Amino acid sequence: MNWTETLGTSWAAVRSHGLRSLLTVLGILIGIAAVILTVGLGLGTQKDVSSQISSLGSNLLIVSPGSSTDSSGVRGGFGTSATLTAADATALDSDVNAPDVAGVAAEKSTSLALEANDTNWTTTVTGTTPSWLDVRSRELVSGEFITDDDEASSAAVTVLGSETATELFGTTNVVGQTVTIDDRSFEIVGVLASAGSDSSSNLDDLAIVPLSTAATQLIGGTDSASVSTIYVKAASDTQLAAAYQEAQTVLLNLHSIGSADDADFTISSQNALVDTATSIYQTLTVLLTGIAALSLLVGGIGVMNIMLVSVTERTREIGLRKALGAPPWAIRRQFLVEAAILGLTGGVLGAVLGCGAALLLPGVIGSSIVIAPAAVALSIGVAIAIGLVFGVYPATRAARLAPIDALRSE
Amino acid sequence: MSALAPTVQPHMPEGEYGEPVIQLTAARKVYRSGTIEFEALRGVDLEIRQGEYVAIMGPSGSGKSTLMNILGCLDTLTTGHYRLAGHDVDDLDEAELAEIRNKEIGFVFQQFNLLPSLEAWRNVELPLMYGRVPSHERRARAERALERVGLGSRLANKPGELSGGQQQRVAVARALVAEPTMILADEPTGNLDSVSTRDVLGLFDELHELGRTIVLITHELEVAQRARRIVWVRDGVIADPAETARAIGHAGPGGGAAA
Repeated sequence: MNWTETLGTSWAAVRSHGLRSLLTVLGILIGIAAVILTVGLGLGTQKDVSSQISSLGSNLLIVSPGSSTDSSGVRGGFGTSATLTAADATALDSDVNAPDVAGVAAEKSTSLALEANDTNWTTTVTGTTPSWLDVRSRELVSGEFITDDDEASSAAVTVLGSETATELFGTTNVVGQTVTIDDRSFEIVGVLASAGSDSSSNLDDLAIVPLSTAATQLIGGTDSASVSTIYVKAASDTQLAAAYQEAQTVLLNLHSIGSADDADFTISSQNALVDTATSIYQTLTVLLTGIAALSLLVGGIGVMNIMLVSVTERTREIGLRKALGAPPWAIRRQFLVEAAILGLTGGVLGAVLGCGAALLLPGVIGSSIVIAPAAVALSIGVAIAIGLVFGVYPATRAARLAPIDALRSE
Repeated sequence: MSALAPTVQPHMPEGEYGEPVIQLTAARKVYRSGTIEFEALRGVDLEIRQGEYVAIMGPSGSGKSTLMNILGCLDTLTTGHYRLAGHDVDDLDEAELAEIRNKEIGFVFQQFNLLPSLEAWRNVELPLMYGRVPSHERRARAERALERVGLGSRLANKPGELSGGQQQRVAVARALVAEPTMILADEPTGNLDSVSTRDVLGLFDELHELGRTIVLITHELEVAQRARRIVWVRDGVIADPAETARAIGHAGPGGGAAA
């Protein structure tokens, strides 16, 4: 009996009990689907994090007003108080006090309506300094960025995100045109190259104006010197920690605060984002790995159970085959192949389920899942191996049946 | 008795037959169950030659089933020797016994023992499959064997679509297909009506005429009388000619089972 015939015989046996076989492989099916999702989620998280880092720059520190850790219960909420000023940004740019800082850009943002040619579009209007382009690692598709002169003269000029330009004008070729922001006319001097979107915002839908213009004409508020965010760019990845320390010391001194625990600002880095993403991913991984391992164990036991039933049911057939000259190894192989087919069926169905979930779930949970062909192939291999391992005992039992006892059974 | 009446000489064949196929010497078979021992065969000597048609008879519990298992290489002796077609069977392991069964013996069972999911010809080719005959050759040989038993038109039928007699004929085809040294039939007519019984026994007669060695285990005298020699088993031994004649006489013509 060669391999093809063994395969045919075993496949026929599995198929003759379709529903039973399907229920048997359910455990393996869920396990394999979980494995594919775990791997996919891991790769997806890596992709998300790295695209987020590349969109913001890996050596970027973000200084926000307020404190995110509210241990004493007296400080204001994160991001609501106006404790950061343009002066803070200037101080951070000092080569003496903060030598590891390569660039600083303060931002003052609000949401405003833009109008051009009777088209309205509401977007984030960000007042910032010329250093923004370098600090945020952005590029222009056309025109120029705002200049120091614009900043000094509070010029009514703006640089649009590519999506904003398209929404207003239907094209990004808009340098020299005029757009109305909050009833004031601004000349468009440049358009930003597309950068995609990160987890919190669309990086292509914004309008940049000089910080002074924003402070004096667009975003008044109680304190025109206050800024909402200061971006600090470290000279390199390895100098990020040093830049962090320097920025903290400079700001604590400037704000006359003794202890970092009492700081009225928060400095966060991309590492924090990575850490959050990683910890979420690790939790999910532990959970899914647990499910996968348990399912595969239960699935394997299920295969063993049903194979034992199958051996018992077919005792007579085994006896006959032995009487007709089947050696023990041929019987063992027949049942091992049958168990492997069960494993394979579970693996393939699990892969289908896993890939299906990988396509549908990102819309629900908001993080991407990458289908890795190698992982799919490997997990189907694992499923076959599980069938084989848990099939050894039943198959050996079948091979050891004495032909006379087997023939005599009813 | 007619010319077809079998001889009652149990141990040795008579006349014109060929080389010995079966040589059983001082065969003992002891079953142990815990501390209880049961001696199913208590010293059996038996020789069957090429081309013989032998019936083994005996009441239930006489040891004839044990004898059939030994002859069929389905079980091994406790002591004594069994030679089948020149092979010493006593010391063979499971795989070697399987090969002997495959090459030398064609089984026919009371329950037919066809695999219900396979077509007739696929059932018939099973021994060839385990004998590693290439697949293109197998189908042709299976078809020839089925034609030989008169089922050339039912090749693709599954056992469930065939009558009992037809199923047993498929089983005979399966027993023939690998050209074994002997056909070993265990109560082949036990599950058949009288028409099918005549049918299958007629087939055995034809095979005997063609020179096949046939060993038939039965408890029906009518069936046994179709053989050329009757071996009567009683209490684990083979009865002598006088006792065999007496036992057959008691069972009487058409008397059926000798219980």
